[in-house]
Amino acid sequence: MKALLAIWRRVRTSHAAMVSGGILVGIFVIAIVGPVVSPNDYLQTNFDKMLSPPGIAQLQIFGTDDLGRDLFVRSMLGVQVTIVIAIVASFVSLVIGVAYGAIAGYMGGRVDAIMMRFVDTLYALPFIFFVILLMVAFERNFLLIFVAIGAINWLDMARIVRGQTLSLREREFVQAARLTGVSTLRIIFRHIAPNLIGVVIVYVTLTIPQAILVESFLSFLGLGIQEPQTSLGALVDAGVNQTEGASWMLLIPAALLAIILLCFNFLGDAMRDVFDARDER
Amino acid sequence: MLRYALLRLLGAIPTLLLVIVLAFLMVHAAPGGPFDAERTLPADIEANIAAAYHLDEPLHQQFFRYIGGVLQGDLGPSYRYRDHTVGELIGAAFPLSLKLGATAMLLAVIVGVLVGALAAIRRNTLLDRSLMAVAMTGISIPVFVIAPVLVLLLAVKLQWLPAGWSGNEGLAKYFLPVIALALPQIAYIARLMRASMIDVLASDFVRTARAQGVGTSAIVRYHALKPAMLPVLSYMGPAIAAILTGSVVVEEIFGIPGLGQFFVRGALNRDYTLVLGIVIFYASLVVLFNLVVDILYGAIDPRIRHQ
Repeated sequence: MKALLAIWRRVRTSHAAMVSGGILVGIFVIAIVGPVVSPNDYLQTNFDKMLSPPGIAQLQIFGTDDLGRDLFVRSMLGVQVTIVIAIVASFVSLVIGVAYGAIAGYMGGRVDAIMMRFVDTLYALPFIFFVILLMVAFERNFLLIFVAIGAINWLDMARIVRGQTLSLREREFVQAARLTGVSTLRIIFRHIAPNLIGVVIVYVTLTIPQAILVESFLSFLGLGIQEPQTSLGALVDAGVNQTEGASWMLLIPAALLAIILLCFNFLGDAMRDVFDARDER
Repeated sequence: MLRYALLRLLGAIPTLLLVIVLAFLMVHAAPGGPFDAERTLPADIEANIAAAYHLDEPLHQQFFRYIGGVLQGDLGPSYRYRDHTVGELIGAAFPLSLKLGATAMLLAVIVGVLVGALAAIRRNTLLDRSLMAVAMTGISIPVFVIAPVLVLLLAVKLQWLPAGWSGNEGLAKYFLPVIALALPQIAYIARLMRASMIDVLASDFVRTARAQGVGTSAIVRYHALKPAMLPVLSYMGPAIAAILTGSVVVEEIFGIPGLGQFFVRGALNRDYTLVLGIVIFYASLVVLFNLVVDILYGAIDPRIRHQ
């Protein structure tokens, strides 16, 4: 708790982090509250009001799609999917990446060499194609998409955590713990892991946009979230077919996705500046 | 140098094997067979189909049969395009994707390096800041958002360029797909180039050159540009992966009959062998390209190969 407070105090000094973070929080709050407050439903088709442009009538501020469904509620549902992806995928990559990197870094020697060699090998693979393969082979469902996305994003985390652990391992407090007979696993999780919080936060912020990108990419191709559920990627895909008459169907979800990704990237960059003073480029 | 190249080559073999094993297992670990979605057939006919595609053999036997085929360049028959092998489909569709991808890559390197170098030379000026803000935007926004918005703007609203592929003649139809593919890479390379150029400009040999009275443009052109481009060279591997991924989207949006479109259609049709084949093809391409970049890097920078 104290560590988190200290981090908050440092983040608060960065304007870029506060502004992009604020925009994200704003969008997420609207995405959660909006569909509840709105009189419209994401499934309700209305063939009298197909492709009606954005307006204030009936609170359809984003207009309707080709089936007369309210685009505001659908977009916000898409943002909700994005939020879930951000949480689940970053949690999966956090757990795998930190555990893997910390163990490799602390063990050192041959264990480290073999473990990192494996990471290098995986690095060379274009994972997105394997995720698509996975989607083809198995029934498409939420859980599989989330796990697959989380499972590709742990590599960076493992590398960074390993590097940090290598230097932490030689510090006095770790050697003191070792001398007093604390077990290896306990040293890794009680003494080393808490000291990794800074870098871990930076890299989680940087993996979130990647995870969001993979999900929206899959949904755009029709391989991700399936109807009647929707996501920003699926909405952009639907909008592509309506560029001639109803450009809002493309522009609104596209803008939402772009703003969310941009804010996460700015946030990650700002966090890196806050926590990683060496990298001043 | 030869020793270095050979070592790198040996290092790529396990990666390629891993690609094939992973891809094969993913497809074959799935519940159900490739023909489940079709109408139910009498048991013996089903058995005949299974036998024709060797699906009745135990998994390890299927695996060795497949790997034997892959080593001879045979990726098996397509399950959906019945008259074609996967190899034929790739051979027919890939040249077009290659043409688009290579053009985009060339454009990305040239523009990215120039923009990055310019931003580094004018570091911390308004020009630098705005270029980097644009680059950040370019990195953040995915191809499948950039491409349709470009179409909406330049083809539908302004009508400067054709939106589709078929029915359009000449070079104009290449313009939008190539730009959409190249933009995110331009942005990434520009950022990379700027960072490394700033490093190089701060190094001792540049200071020496300055002390001898060499002007900024000559320093950049004759001394700094080449070493600053090394990180861009090592980014070429990830770049080819990104362009392949982008081509899947771009070909879908513009209706270009390249390999990316086959890939998506195959995935939506659950054409197991086609998707498996294309994944192996793509992954091998990326691994081999990484290998070439590694070797080139060693050739250019002796510090690397003597490690």
